[in-house]
Amino acid sequence: MSSTIFILLRQELLLSLLIFLLLFIKIGKERSNESILNIINVLLFINLAAGLFGSSEGGAFNGMFTTNAFIVLEKNILNLAMLLISMQSYAWLKSHKQLAEFYLLLFTSLLGMFFMISSGNLLMFYLGLEMSTIPLAAAANFDLAKRKSSEAAMKLIISSAFSSGILLMGISFLYGTSGTLSFDILTAHISNNPMQLFGFLLLVSGFAFKISAVPFHLWTADVYEGSPVAVTAFLSVVSKAAVLFTFTSILYKVFTPIATVWYGVLVVLSVATILIGNLFALRQDNFKRFLAFSSIAQVGFILIGISGSSQTGSASLVYFVLIYVFSNLAAFGVVSVVSALTGKENISDFKGFYKTNPFLSWVLTIALFSLAGVPPTAGFFGKLFLMMAGAAKENYGLITFAALNMVISFYYYLKVVKAVFMDENEQPIQKLSIPVITKFAMYICIAGIIITGLASMVYDYIYSLSIGM
Amino acid sequence: MNLSLLILLPLLTALLILVSKQLAQIRVIGLVGSLAQLAAAGWLLKLYMAQRAAGNAATHLFESNTVWFKALNINYHIGIDGISLAMILLTSLIVVAGILVSWTMEKLSKEYFFLLVLLSMGAYGFFISLDLFTLFFFLEVAVIPKFLLIGIWGSGKKENSAMKLALMLMAGSALVFVGLMGIYYNTHTFDMVEIGKMGISLGVQKFFFPFVFLGFGIFAALFPFHTWVPDGHASAPTAASMFLAGISMKLGGYGCLRMAALMPDAAHSYSWIIILLATIAIIYGAFATMMQTDLKYINAYSSISHCGFVILGIGMLNKTSINGAVIQMVSHGLMTALFFAAIGMIYSRTHTRMVAQLGGLLKAMPFISTVFVIAGLCSLGLPGFSGFVAEMTVFMGSWQNPAGVYRIATVISAASIVVTAVYILRATGKTIMGPISDEHALLGDATWNEKLAAGLLIVGILIIGLAPFLINQLIMPTTDFLMINIDKTLTLK
Repeated sequence: MSSTIFILLRQELLLSLLIFLLLFIKIGKERSNESILNIINVLLFINLAAGLFGSSEGGAFNGMFTTNAFIVLEKNILNLAMLLISMQSYAWLKSHKQLAEFYLLLFTSLLGMFFMISSGNLLMFYLGLEMSTIPLAAAANFDLAKRKSSEAAMKLIISSAFSSGILLMGISFLYGTSGTLSFDILTAHISNNPMQLFGFLLLVSGFAFKISAVPFHLWTADVYEGSPVAVTAFLSVVSKAAVLFTFTSILYKVFTPIATVWYGVLVVLSVATILIGNLFALRQDNFKRFLAFSSIAQVGFILIGISGSSQTGSASLVYFVLIYVFSNLAAFGVVSVVSALTGKENISDFKGFYKTNPFLSWVLTIALFSLAGVPPTAGFFGKLFLMMAGAAKENYGLITFAALNMVISFYYYLKVVKAVFMDENEQPIQKLSIPVITKFAMYICIAGIIITGLASMVYDYIYSLSIGM
Repeated sequence: MNLSLLILLPLLTALLILVSKQLAQIRVIGLVGSLAQLAAAGWLLKLYMAQRAAGNAATHLFESNTVWFKALNINYHIGIDGISLAMILLTSLIVVAGILVSWTMEKLSKEYFFLLVLLSMGAYGFFISLDLFTLFFFLEVAVIPKFLLIGIWGSGKKENSAMKLALMLMAGSALVFVGLMGIYYNTHTFDMVEIGKMGISLGVQKFFFPFVFLGFGIFAALFPFHTWVPDGHASAPTAASMFLAGISMKLGGYGCLRMAALMPDAAHSYSWIIILLATIAIIYGAFATMMQTDLKYINAYSSISHCGFVILGIGMLNKTSINGAVIQMVSHGLMTALFFAAIGMIYSRTHTRMVAQLGGLLKAMPFISTVFVIAGLCSLGLPGFSGFVAEMTVFMGSWQNPAGVYRIATVISAASIVVTAVYILRATGKTIMGPISDEHALLGDATWNEKLAAGLLIVGILIIGLAPFLINQLIMPTTDFLMINIDKTLTLK
């Protein structure tokens, strides 16, 4: 019994071990930031590699915790994202005083997400969610000298407290009508009972807050702008992905009896999210705000994918998130390096960027093309498969809407490419020397962007695991 | 022959260009790569004709079908018939010519040649695809290089033109995508051959045909979605203009044709709209050209008019007219590429494209002027050049449609040739004849690379113009087959 628990929880245990190691590093002898960063990156790599081996299926703690190959894969994707973010923040963290604490917070948050994804019970889910959110608010404050950073942290904690409140209210409604919090039992009690529908709507609203779906997106742009780039990247990729994984599994597992209801809800949410995300992204100049709104629009596309059948839906979601990890982190990586070395974060600062930094320009361009969904990058396949999954419901109005919105999103991504390649600038950003490890992370991202799409085995693998989700 | 070679050759060329260091190296790799493509296309033609002569009556030759995304039933299914082979030959000719005229490009030359080659890869992939998803993939692969080529190396208000072109083409592909989804969820496959065999139900055809046809129509400058053409072509650097007019607009025409063959019932019931739009494009394009003063705009607007003939031929839906549409695509590709090449040569020497500022160029640059005249005469449809053969075939096909509206459309379209003659003769006359300004009198004539590029394209034009049976031999059997499909569904009704 005890040994199986170790196997089932091995990703969580490994991460906890990392957290303890980090504490020892912190209280141990004085080290330079560089050496700590190197140690941490190696540890994160080991953490990722260890997760890839072996997968087990089963539950623990009376069904509170469940896992299977698909869930392990989802956690591996998050581990990968964590590693990439860490490698790309090298330039920023190198001179940061509270480096170890920063990683402590992110690791704790990640651990919370792992428990959330694996939850088999609404209580466990809520615990995981809170464990992942609260450290993030502290991490958002990590540009210690900047006022905006504190503001972002404050906004994040208040809005997440608010959304947690809504979520809890939804959970209590569900509990009140069914008498259980366990997913397996709950699903038998779900019906079109108005009380339950209300509870469901509150639950969805809570989720919508966390994935910043419109109309619950208002916190996103300010928080993204104020937080340090590494935290913004973590928020927009890791945290969003974890909540989406959980959201879909709860939808497909628990709420199948009211599938027509949640289909309608998802359609409304996705239409609003894509449209508002796109329209606001058009006018942003701050790169982080821009990526914030573009990521809102991306979430809208994800919601379309989820609205399809459960197997293609969850397969296309995980596939897209994997691609999103590579593409978005490549873009954030460039912004992170530029921001750490020059302090510039505006799109207009990137004018003439190609003349001085061709490598970074290409990384940024490929990443943006992938986000826009241009072949041969993986983003093309990711987005198309999401839309194909959604089209299974033969709601062609929705698909036409989404396809035309891809054109709008295309415009703002191309605007950045235009600034980088075509606009003249008398004082472009000077030639930057990128840390080797960051460069390496960018190569991984680019390789991921190209290979994940063209090599069909990635999708086939995810699809084969998604059976029975 | 393995058709994937047509994708691998450009890919290899592009990668080699990426790793090479010096300008000379890049040029040579680009040229050798494009010549290899031309050789492969020529070899393919030889094999294809040999197979046909040996009595191989399969619709598609050199087919191969590999599973790509198994779970979604997406296959990398490739194969060619006469029409796609004609397009492949056209592409390979224009690529060589395009690389040759860009020989002196020095600004970011590595990126420039890389993008040109990437664009050609998208075109080859598009023409050999028999799977709709693969087709769509390659269609979009060809869009981004255009944006960058125009935006970075263009002239005038290049950023605006590049953005306009990219967004309109993307909107086109968005429409195509919706149509593909509709087809996919009703037939559960993307395979064009299979769909052709099983047919699509009438309701689905009628609903989704407008999506795909309009989508591809935007690529083919279908009125009223032609507005990207003039700005895009005028702002693009020479080789990119050649690729745009010569290759990418053909993606649209080819796509329209395939879609009409795939959904013949819908094509029949919407044909009057298609013909109406095509006729407007022909007339409007011709009259708009009359008002232009910039050589590139003249050619761009005349392209709208000429591509109208392609759409007209497809809309008429009979054997001769479709034949004409295909020949017109090839002919227009060669002719505009030649025209843009000549304009580029003139511009690089005189630094102006305004007709009013030019004159008497024949004295200073006889070769370039001759090329310019040949392109012009081909454009106005002088017998002996490809334009005449193509337009004649389209008109003959259109006339076979006895209904009154179709007759009127045919007459109006045929009348546009007079307008074409006016603007072409005016532009060529003003540019190359009359007195030459002193500063232009000292300019040199074409260099070896420019002569070679123009020569290649002129040979293509003359082959079609003087020996039209050659191209007919290639495409007729395929149009015959398409017609069986198109007529069969008619009799079923």
